[in-house]
Amino acid sequence: MAIDTETVKRVAFLSRLKIEDDKIKEAEDEFNKILNWVEQLNEVNTDGVEPLVSVNDSHLILREDAVSDGNQSQAVLKNAPQAQYGYFTVPKVVE
Amino acid sequence: MSGMIIETAKGKWEIVCGLEIHCQIISKSKMFSGASTHYGSDANENVSFVDAGMPGMLPTLNEHCVYQAVKTGLGLNAQINKYSEFSRKNYFYADLPQGYQITQFKFPIVGEGAISIDLSDGTTKDIRIERMHIEQDAGKSIHDMAPDKSFIDLNRAGVGLMEIVTKPDFRSPEEAGAFLRKLRSIVRYLGTCDGNMDEGSMRCDVNVSVRPLGSDELRTRCEMKNVNSVKFVMQAIENEAKRHIEVYESGGTIAQETRQFDPSTGQTKVMRKKEFAHDYRYFPEPDLLPLVLDDAYIERVKKDMVELPDAKKARFVNELGLTAYDAMIICENRETADFFEKAAKGHDAKKVANWLMGDFFAMLNEKKVELKDSPVSAENLGKLVELVTSNVINGKTAKDVFAIMAETGGDPEKIVEEKGLKQVTDSGAIEAVIDEVIASSPENVAAYKAGKTALMGWFVGQVMKASKGKANPGMVNQLLKSKLG
Amino acid sequence: MSDLTKLTIAEALDGLKKKEFSAVELTQAYIKEMENKRRLNAYVLETPEIALAQARVSDEKYANGTNGALEGIPLGIKDLFCTKDIRTTACSHILDGFEPQYESTVTSKLLNAGASVLGKLNMDEFAMGGSNETSYYGPVVNPWSKDKDLVAGGSSGGSAAAVAAGMCAGATGTDTGGSIRQPSAFCGVTGIKPTYGRCSRYGIIAFASSLDQAGPIAKDVRDCALLLKTMSGYDAKDSTSAKAEVPDFEKFLGQDIKGLRIGVPAEYRPEGLNEEIAAYWDKGIEILKARGAEIVNISLPHTKYALATYYIVAPAEASSNLARYDGLRFGLRVPGEHLDNMYINSRTEGFGKEVKRRIMIGTYVLSAGYYDAYYLKAQKVRRLIRQDFLNAFEKCDVILTPTAPTAAFPIGDKSMAENPINMWLNDVFTVSVNLAGLPAMSLPIGLSKEGLPLGLQLIGKAFDEATIFKAADALEADVKFMEKK
Repeated sequence: MAIDTETVKRVAFLSRLKIEDDKIKEAEDEFNKILNWVEQLNEVNTDGVEPLVSVNDSHLILREDAVSDGNQSQAVLKNAPQAQYGYFTVPKVVE
Repeated sequence: MSGMIIETAKGKWEIVCGLEIHCQIISKSKMFSGASTHYGSDANENVSFVDAGMPGMLPTLNEHCVYQAVKTGLGLNAQINKYSEFSRKNYFYADLPQGYQITQFKFPIVGEGAISIDLSDGTTKDIRIERMHIEQDAGKSIHDMAPDKSFIDLNRAGVGLMEIVTKPDFRSPEEAGAFLRKLRSIVRYLGTCDGNMDEGSMRCDVNVSVRPLGSDELRTRCEMKNVNSVKFVMQAIENEAKRHIEVYESGGTIAQETRQFDPSTGQTKVMRKKEFAHDYRYFPEPDLLPLVLDDAYIERVKKDMVELPDAKKARFVNELGLTAYDAMIICENRETADFFEKAAKGHDAKKVANWLMGDFFAMLNEKKVELKDSPVSAENLGKLVELVTSNVINGKTAKDVFAIMAETGGDPEKIVEEKGLKQVTDSGAIEAVIDEVIASSPENVAAYKAGKTALMGWFVGQVMKASKGKANPGMVNQLLKSKLG
Repeated sequence: MSDLTKLTIAEALDGLKKKEFSAVELTQAYIKEMENKRRLNAYVLETPEIALAQARVSDEKYANGTNGALEGIPLGIKDLFCTKDIRTTACSHILDGFEPQYESTVTSKLLNAGASVLGKLNMDEFAMGGSNETSYYGPVVNPWSKDKDLVAGGSSGGSAAAVAAGMCAGATGTDTGGSIRQPSAFCGVTGIKPTYGRCSRYGIIAFASSLDQAGPIAKDVRDCALLLKTMSGYDAKDSTSAKAEVPDFEKFLGQDIKGLRIGVPAEYRPEGLNEEIAAYWDKGIEILKARGAEIVNISLPHTKYALATYYIVAPAEASSNLARYDGLRFGLRVPGEHLDNMYINSRTEGFGKEVKRRIMIGTYVLSAGYYDAYYLKAQKVRRLIRQDFLNAFEKCDVILTPTAPTAAFPIGDKSMAENPINMWLNDVFTVSVNLAGLPAMSLPIGLSKEGLPLGLQLIGKAFDEATIFKAADALEADVKFMEKK
């Protein structure tokens, strides 16, 4: 499955990354090289094989419903590049 | 037939609609962190480092959210899946700190189910549930605090949600409205969600398409997100359906898109199109293992189930003799139904229902108080009805006593006692009053005897007045008739 | 006093207990080495004051007899572990100045046992890399470098180099595809990646959640046993951590390995395998055989597909795990007119080339239309790889292989820079273990003709690190690598 410039651009946007126009071709070639390489998996017969989601054989342990966290807005906001009135702030979101 | 047929000059059309409802789960702490779910705290006060998507933080699942989901699933008469999985739904947004929402995708906790809705013509209809899964809520972006900035509050981020998806079974706005009311009623009965659409604890996405009447095709649908009242949902369905019909009839096609419902106009408009469409890249959440429930767990939840509105309604009709309509109204809300049952205990249930739906609700409305703050208790309402049915007071006096109860919260028996309102059932005493009335109005007696029987009402009124309303009206009637011959 | 840095942790603990030297003296010796060898670029943040303050507390504890298991031992911490109020960046520009307000579970356990923190160790950005060259802070220089600067391996390059150069008594590392074992081999030190779930991931910046595991890098096998015992254990804050009992690994050292079945997989000796490495592997086999172990030929047929599987699974999880670095709540923000521009600017500037490459691959393999062909396929092959090991362990108790296909290579190697896949091939012997969730250790076996260390890898059954320690101790005893150094 060779991918094209449009796909590279779409993937970059989904990843919220910018690729300069003069670097798109390079990225596309590299992408295709990597995909060609991973496509060796198509040699493996996986009929009837269940996908492995987790190597743990156990299942989820649940937490008791109790308030044990929070009340620490200063710590939550400590590393914020921008904050005001106890909120994180960002450039205006255009709906 | 509760389906809505939209007839135009060119033909007849039918609505096909499905709903997706997000219900905020009632729990003390969030779904994946120990922060409080309390509504109305200061900004970012109920936020753990997990909720803020801090590096290295991991989710841990709240058992009570699972319990609430299973309970709701049982309330939807749905399949409970003993194996379910969490997935990540990836997208960037200011109030989604991790850059993904933890949700369930391929393996939801609740499978297919159905609930019955009550329609205005007295019929019911089953609406099928496609699935229900659990997921985390996002935070809130506030856009109107400054001209150039948006403010992010993560207090809601991570609160548990149940997303209920119906099959496209609605054929009219009325059906969708009835469904939302029934669903709200069920989750409130179960105590799994408070069901307040105006506070956003229950939110509705509406999918609408239309088709020529009699066809069974499924045409392109449009989705309207976050429509936040039953009324708006109904409006959105009707107006969106009409828009589709207009487009089709003028030879156009409908594009699958997400639209926004504008409550001020009742119309829908297309949301700004993104440069690239969303691609959520769902995949199994590697930070959480599969959720596995055993039969014992499900049985334990079953034991905690309460009687749901439909069962209660049936019981009120069959065992207490209520009309289907009265039973439906009383059962819509669990507090009302409980109040009613308490009031009706040992008394004439039908009469209690009449009082409840009549004077009692009118009183609450007038005083603008909630049922739980009612000055008239369930026991006292029951006693009042009993006083009437056992002929201690008559209906007219009962209304006066009720007015006093509404003011003072008093016990009707005591009020009747203190004010001496017991009706007179001693026939000798009533006869004496009648004799007086007859003696003092010979002309009317003569006119009555000459055939003007309509005067009976006048005589009754005179007797009641002379007895200060305490005479038993039935006995007055009977004795008057025999005396006037 | 500089020879204090030559002591193993076990020896240092002994000296501290016997009051031969104080924790402050030991710490000062390491601080001096840390300063002397800054050229190696092993640390990205030195915290000598914090280490000395902790050492003073340790000396008091020795005085009053309340010393913990690692009391007074100065450690280096990989910059992937969140350390409260101490800058933690994952060696990425995007986490500029980030000071976590929480402590990772693993470092908490080490601190509680009395260890002190000398500083944060260099690593490949977000642990993505095999040479430490993707670090925002530049590559680590391998202490074994001669005329030309060589890489220390990666991603835990700073950890391995610091241990090798006597700049800390031991270090934490993390291993997603070989990140503890490969740098350990390159730097002539010992490192173990325990079973997935053995150490809590809470507070460790995530790369690929289903593969990441923390583990120690130390001067010898015994020190690894000491550190791992403290680092391990179930943690309710990590849903993937295992409720498995943590044995006292040290107890398994010096045990007889007679009859122990050593698996030797045919697939790890591909055509063109470096002859020196093949010869040292044979030497390792001979050593164990001489001690009475039984050598068993085994097959891990899907080995050749492990790298491709890994380079789908790991980037997929990473693309999602790294979505939280959006310039909103912490780290680098590069302004943008709108929210999306801010995201794009911050992430484009904040992430390095290799990280961006993997985010893009991960995004692609999860996107609509490609999920089944890549991600789902990889998950299925992953199961086959795991099954290979389960089958092999029917016949053997532990598996012996080389750790890496080459010795340390020069910084800025051209073929690696030209083609990312060439760099990825470094992981060829290590990734399978992460895909299967198994424990594996790398320990030095000898020097190449160029005088560079080479390592062998011991792979154990899930939660059977004990057998690895047993076999490793035997190998170590006969190799006498430390004495040759």
